[in-house]
This record gives sequence, C-alpha cells and structure tokens, in this order.
Amino acid sequence: MKRRSIFLTTSATLGFIFLYAPMIALVVYSFNKSKLVTVWGGWSLKWYGELFRNEQIIDAALLSFKIAFISASVAVILGTMAGFVLSRFGRFRGKMVLSGWISAPLVMPEVITGLSLLLLFVAMEGMFGWPSGRGTGTIIIAHVTFCMAYVAVIVQSRLSQLDETLEEAAMDLGAKPSSLFFLITMPLIMPAIISGWLLSFTLSLDDLVIASFVSGPGNSTLPMVIFSKVRLGVSPEVNALATLMIAVVAIGVIGAMYQMRRQSKLLATEE
Amino acid sequence: MTSTQNIEQHGVAPVSSEAAVNLPLWKQDGAKPFLQIENVTKKFGEFTAVDNISLDIYKNELFCLLGGSGSGKSTLLRMLAGFESPTSGRIIVDGVDMAGIPPWKRPINMMFQSYALFPHLTVEQNVAFGLKREGLDRSEVKQRVAKMLDMVQLGHLGKRKPSQLSGGQRQRVALARSLVKRPKLLLLDEPLGALDKKLREETQFELINIQEELGVTFVVVTHDQEEAMTLATRIGVMNHGVIVQTAEPHDVYEYPNSRFVAEFVGSVNLFEGKVIEDQPDSVRIKSKDAGAILYVNHGISCAPNQKVHVALRPEKARISKQKPDQTENCIKGIVEEIAYMGSLSVYRVRLTSGKEVRITQPNITRGAGERLTWNDEVYLFWDVDSSVVLTS
Repeated sequence: MKRRSIFLTTSATLGFIFLYAPMIALVVYSFNKSKLVTVWGGWSLKWYGELFRNEQIIDAALLSFKIAFISASVAVILGTMAGFVLSRFGRFRGKMVLSGWISAPLVMPEVITGLSLLLLFVAMEGMFGWPSGRGTGTIIIAHVTFCMAYVAVIVQSRLSQLDETLEEAAMDLGAKPSSLFFLITMPLIMPAIISGWLLSFTLSLDDLVIASFVSGPGNSTLPMVIFSKVRLGVSPEVNALATLMIAVVAIGVIGAMYQMRRQSKLLATEE
Repeated sequence: MTSTQNIEQHGVAPVSSEAAVNLPLWKQDGAKPFLQIENVTKKFGEFTAVDNISLDIYKNELFCLLGGSGSGKSTLLRMLAGFESPTSGRIIVDGVDMAGIPPWKRPINMMFQSYALFPHLTVEQNVAFGLKREGLDRSEVKQRVAKMLDMVQLGHLGKRKPSQLSGGQRQRVALARSLVKRPKLLLLDEPLGALDKKLREETQFELINIQEELGVTFVVVTHDQEEAMTLATRIGVMNHGVIVQTAEPHDVYEYPNSRFVAEFVGSVNLFEGKVIEDQPDSVRIKSKDAGAILYVNHGISCAPNQKVHVALRPEKARISKQKPDQTENCIKGIVEEIAYMGSLSVYRVRLTSGKEVRITQPNITRGAGERLTWNDEVYLFWDVDSSVVLTS
C-alpha cells in the first residue's frame, strides 16, 4: 500500500468536511427529538412521522416527482436528438450557434431563465390563449428546457467517443439510417441516455427558482413548499424532508455516475 | 456466370498449350471486368485524394491496393462501399452503375480495419445482423449464421460478446459477418493489420481458401507489401491518389515500372546513370554511382542523355572475395556491415564511388564456404537479366 503524504490526506479531509459538514449537520438534526431546531434533545424519528402526516408536503412531493419524471423523459428525447445532430450532422451552417444555444441554459442564471420563460408564457397566452394560466404544464416545459441542455451535452460527448465505423458497418450490412439509430447507436449510448435521465430528474426535483417563476397558484413544488416554510422559521420537519431529498438526489447522481462508468467500459471493449 | 464461361472458352480456343487454359481473365482479350472504376476522382476541398483512377477488376480476383498512408487507397475503398461519393467518374459493379446507390443497397460488403464488431451484440447476433436486415426468416438466418461460423471455426463461441474474444477471433467474426450476406464484392481494409506475425500467416492462407471456395471477388487495401504479395492475384500500387503500376505480384517485384514501385515493394539498390549505348534489346549505362558501365539485356524507350536508374534487388547480386570470370556488371567494394539473420545474411557494402549497397545472400552451407568479414574487399556481380532500368 502506497503511503500518502500528510498534505494530501489533510487537503482531502478538509475538502470533504467543507462540502459535507452542513449536510451531515442537517441529517443529524433531522433525528432531533427537540422542537427547537438548534437545541439537541436526543434521537427520534418523530419528525419523519410528522412529515408523512403533513398533506401539503406530501402533495408537493408527489407533484415534484411527477414533474421531474415527465420533464426528464421529454428532455431525454429532445436532448438526445439535439446531441445526435450536433455530433453527427457534420459541419453545417449555424452549428456553432446551435451548440452555443444548447449549452446556454447551463450557464444562464436561473433567475434569467425563469423570468424569460415567464415572459414567454404570458406573451403566448395573450397571443394564442395557450398556455392558459401557469401551473404544472408550464413548470414541465421550463424544466425540459434546461434539462435537455444537460442531456444534449452528455449524449454529444458520448457520441463523439463512439467509433463511427460501427455505424458505417451497420449501413454496409444493410441497415437504413432510420433503423441504424435504434439498432446500433441507441443501445451503445444507452448508459449516457440513462444517466442524462437521472441527472434531469434530480435537477428538476431540486429546482426552486425557475419553478417559482412559472408555477401558478396551487402548484407548489416541494422546494417551493420548503422555502416558504423556512421563511416562516425552520421547523424540524423541514430537516427530515431535506434529509429525504438528499437521499433521493444522491441515489440519482450515483446512478448517473454508475451509468457513465458502464458507458466507458462499453466503449472500451471496441478496441 | 455463363458469359464468363463463354469468354474463358473463347480465350482458350486459339491456344492449346497447358498454360493457356489457366490464363487469367485480365490477360484475355475482351474479358468482361466485374468491377469497373472509370476516371474516378475524389476531392476533399482543395485536396485531391484520388486522382482520375481507372481500373478493371475481374470476377474471382483478389485484388490488392497497395500504398502508404495518404495514398488514397482507403478513400477509393470507401467510395466502392458507398461511404464517399466520387467527385467525378463512375463505379460499375457487375454492369450496374453505383452512383446514387446508398451503402445499404449495394451488393458489396466491407471488413473494417478496426473490425467494427457491435460490442452490445453476441458473435451470433453480429453475424446475423446483415441477414436480418434482408428480412430472411429466422430458421434460414440461424442456419446460415451457424454454417458461416463453422467455416471460420468459431461455432463454439457464438454466444460470446466481442470483448471476450482474442484479436484473431474478432478478425474471423468480422470476416464471417461480411461474407454471410454473400456479397458480389468484398472489400477488406487492412484485414491482417492487427494480428501478430504467426496469426497473420495462418490467416492469409485461410483468406485465400475462403476466397477460392466462395468465389467472391475481393478488393484488399493494405500498406504491407508482404501481405499484398501473398494474397493478391494482382496488385495496384498507389501513390498520391494515382495507381502507379498494376501487375501480378511477381511482375511488380521483378519488373517495377518506376523508382517509387521499386522502392516501395521490397528493398532495392538504385544506380543513377546515363545511357551510352541504346540497342533495341539491350542498353549500356554509365553510372557514376556504381563506378562502372552497367549492361542490361532489355531495351528501353527514353530520350537521349536522359537520366535513368538501374534497379538491383539485394538478393540478385552475388558477393565474393574472388574476382569472378564475368566482366559485365561487376563492381568492387568494401564490406561495412554484416547482419546474420539465420537463413540469410545481409551485407552493407561501400563501393569505391562511395555509394552504399545492400546485398543479401542465402546461407546455403553451414560455413564451409568462404567467410566474409568486416573491411573485406569484395566483388559484387550479377547477371545481365537481374537488373531493371527505370526511366521514371
């Protein structure tokens, strides 16, 4: 076993403490018996129980999951198409612009994305009468917009690693371009697609700012409910809820990473 | 099929000797080529990858396109497969113009240099892929796949994934996959490139057997002259997008038509010189390089005083400390280096003119004969028909 220097060990430890100490505190305090958030009163699962009796929170959670599921699925389809075009269409007029646009939502401040979508929805409602009012539908559209950018980037990078002769070989053996995609390309980038879906799912689940802009009355997502509750004072219930969300998001991200590793292995075997 | 038989019979009729019966198609007048490449040019922007190539390839040939990287051989192959379309010119396979026919509709299959096996499919599924696209029914697909895998001796590995196979096995899967559709024309891109030496030799002969058994026309692209020599019925040597010489392997080696071919195929000693005596059936060339007048027993066509090269293969000359009887084509030098390679020895000899010459000699005896050593003064000599004059 190689001995690691003290410097490396310390920096790793410090880094991890910096990243995870707040979350660990939150998780520990979610098991607090005391009603006061900052005072430790011994271990208890009481607040988890409270949480599942709180209908407002349960409804918001269900809504959030529904939105995350639908937006992730739509974003995967659109994002895969965009990524495919970017990596396979060769050089075409406006490719630079398109790839710039695709990644814009990744760097755009959420407030701006949210605000611009809100303006668009309001303008469209005025012109075509659709979407009539804001609610679940508009949140989904908004989430698809920024999630699809992530999917497109992941898919594009995987496709660029994919040996193009595989697709040529399939064509050579009689596969038309339409069936080629479903028979060869899609199975080979499946891990990237799955990890894109998982990432989109967690991003949509996390989002507060954009959802706040484009949601309507009675359509509060989970982060919105948490935020409004926190503004009235942090309750131990919120700690429990936050712990559960950390768990869900962690599972999503770990799943995405696992899929990416599987992808690299799949591509490595082509050699 | 009948037309080729007619042509064969027609070609045989006037001559009755044994050799003429086996006269290959490309030597018969009026034989119909199976693959016609007519004035094909391919440009990528300003760069001309393939420059006005015309080539006829006949049925059952195993034609090798030999050339270095960037010679345009792969581009030509990709145009045959349909992945690139010619900037100008026509490609005709079995009488059908391939222009506008996409790769998935061509009666042509290709074996890729990287093999391009589908990593998510098993060996059987890889081989079956092409047949399923034809919409054949399951039992036939199964039967043909099994037969093909048996032929390449992989019947027992059908359920494996490509990643679980060795390099040689993958190569055979790729071959099986490209042959199972019974293409009229099979293209092979550096088929043996990724194999080690021993496996290459085995596979070379296997390829020839398969080709003869199935009667498919093969076009092979390679940069390896040894591979081209052993496999090919004919070789087309390519350089800068042009075919420099098309000939049978023996002729490419013994009668190269240019310095490029002579140097690319095998190794060669070149002596620069000027023609001083030009007879219809022989020439004398005064060469400063050789420090002698060289005599070659074939006529050449060239302008007076044109600079020419005499090409001498390393194994064609003999080397000895004794002065030989012959006076023609005999030059003196000093042994600079010796490499003993078992079956043969390689000598590097510096001539009095200062030029270095490479000579190989088979080690026929176990050392009873004359032993040469460093700095020995030696005579190099060769027969009048052993060297070739190159005018370009």
